[in-house]
Amino acid sequence: MILDLKNVSKVFGKFCPNCLDHTGADYNSSICPTCNSVVGVNDVNLTLSQGEVLGIVGESGSGKSTLLQLIYQDQEASLGEIFVKDFISKDGKKKNILDANLNELSHLRNSLMSMIYQNPRLGLNYKFSAGGNIAQKVIMSGNKKYDEIRQRAMFFLEKTEIPTSRIDDYPDYFSGGQQQRIQISKALSSNPKILLLDEPTTGLDLSVQAKILDLIKELQHEIGFAMVVVSHDLGVIKHLTDITVVMKNGQIVEKGLTDQILEDPQHPYTQLLVSSIL
Amino acid sequence: MRYAFLDEEAKKEIRRSILKAIAIPGYIVSFASRELPVARGWGTGGLQLSLAIINEEDTLKVIDQGCDGSVNAVNIRNFISSVTNVKTTTKTQEASIIQTRHRVPEIDLQEGQTLVYQVPIPDILETVEPNLEKQKLLHANADYSKLWVLLYEDTSMFGDSRISSRYPVMVNDRYAMDPSPIPKYDTPKLGDCKALQLFGAGREKKIYAVPPYTKVEPLKFEDREFKVENFDGKACARCGSTNSFLDEVYDDNGDVSYYCNDTDYCDTRLELGESK
Repeated sequence: MILDLKNVSKVFGKFCPNCLDHTGADYNSSICPTCNSVVGVNDVNLTLSQGEVLGIVGESGSGKSTLLQLIYQDQEASLGEIFVKDFISKDGKKKNILDANLNELSHLRNSLMSMIYQNPRLGLNYKFSAGGNIAQKVIMSGNKKYDEIRQRAMFFLEKTEIPTSRIDDYPDYFSGGQQQRIQISKALSSNPKILLLDEPTTGLDLSVQAKILDLIKELQHEIGFAMVVVSHDLGVIKHLTDITVVMKNGQIVEKGLTDQILEDPQHPYTQLLVSSIL
Repeated sequence: MRYAFLDEEAKKEIRRSILKAIAIPGYIVSFASRELPVARGWGTGGLQLSLAIINEEDTLKVIDQGCDGSVNAVNIRNFISSVTNVKTTTKTQEASIIQTRHRVPEIDLQEGQTLVYQVPIPDILETVEPNLEKQKLLHANADYSKLWVLLYEDTSMFGDSRISSRYPVMVNDRYAMDPSPIPKYDTPKLGDCKALQLFGAGREKKIYAVPPYTKVEPLKFEDREFKVENFDGKACARCGSTNSFLDEVYDDNGDVSYYCNDTDYCDTRLELGESK
């Protein structure tokens, strides 16, 4: 087990006892009929093992990105427990990351996990150079040696096919695809155990998309981190992931091996989703 | 008029803030900065600290950029002595309280002395994070990565940090602190200092402190040297000192000469006959 989610929910608005029970795929609604709260994520259970790649698919508004943000602690879950391997309390027990303090959270986000956002503006600091961005992540994971930081930045820029001579350029001077690759370099530079990807290639042209997907896949094979990929593009999911969950109205309606889900969807919504591939 | 100008309640409040600041070295403590007969931004933070800790037995020295005779220093010294009747001095060794702007005296400070800094910008994170709320969070989180990235970028582009004064220091391995605009040259003197060091920012209403014998280190990479201003081959034209912080002075003919920035240090050397 590297990542374990138990009964995780996120409700926006006041949280009444009916919120979770009266919303979801069966009601075809995310809005609580009693208190009008929006249920983003509804009672989700998930486990991820070492080196596994999980895909999350679903229509927009189904809670995919919210779920990812709950794992990365960009947002705080309303209910539930999230466990991450190597995140333990002082007495050696697994610690729920929802109970973590600020210091523990920054360790979690700097050393154990990395997030790649759809928009590189969220993952990169545009006031820092490409190398500076990577340096920030490396420094936060505890390395204070200039030469090592510099080499690490070079190494990952080379891996992501950014010319290393441009290490001191600012992100604004790179193309959109290159910015995305810098973001990937930054995310990988701290040797994370879990990589979270939120629509990593949406909005990029097809050839760049393919390159970035190949790159992510290659690095995943090479380094062996676990990955959670959120996408509404079933092609991306098919290409990258081993297992897939399908979300609708904040709930997981189907989970299984990726090829199984794509070839033999069981839930009516999944069938609709798969049949609507162009 | 009250002794030391401020009313007792005000002094009590400032002393309390000082105690808290000493208890958490490098941590920025807010205080209610009082009105003084000096405009804010002209040393009112240091002045309030001095007024709050001074008593009849103290001997006061005030310097501005190392000089006892500059207008700001003279006025502050005159003001404090007029409201307290304490002895004043220009000798670093004789003073029990030294209020300073932008320098640490050349002569090593001793136990029992207090060095009071006037601080314009108390939070070192100001340069990288203008949002006060986020600054507080970053301090709470000990997240100084933005300062490090600044150092990284300077190192990659210029070979070393570009910061010449106000060089960030880490206090007691916990808080990043603004040492006030002292030159890099003075930064190493903050660490393991025998005297108590107090920092006051009147305009920004902040106090922080470094207790005696506290670890203070400039922010630097483990595999890089911390370099200070270099005066190799130059000597003070007055006292001949080759190991003090020197001012570069141009005369009307455009000729350059160098003088000790710390006037007391220069005078003391002359008195002791250590002249060239």
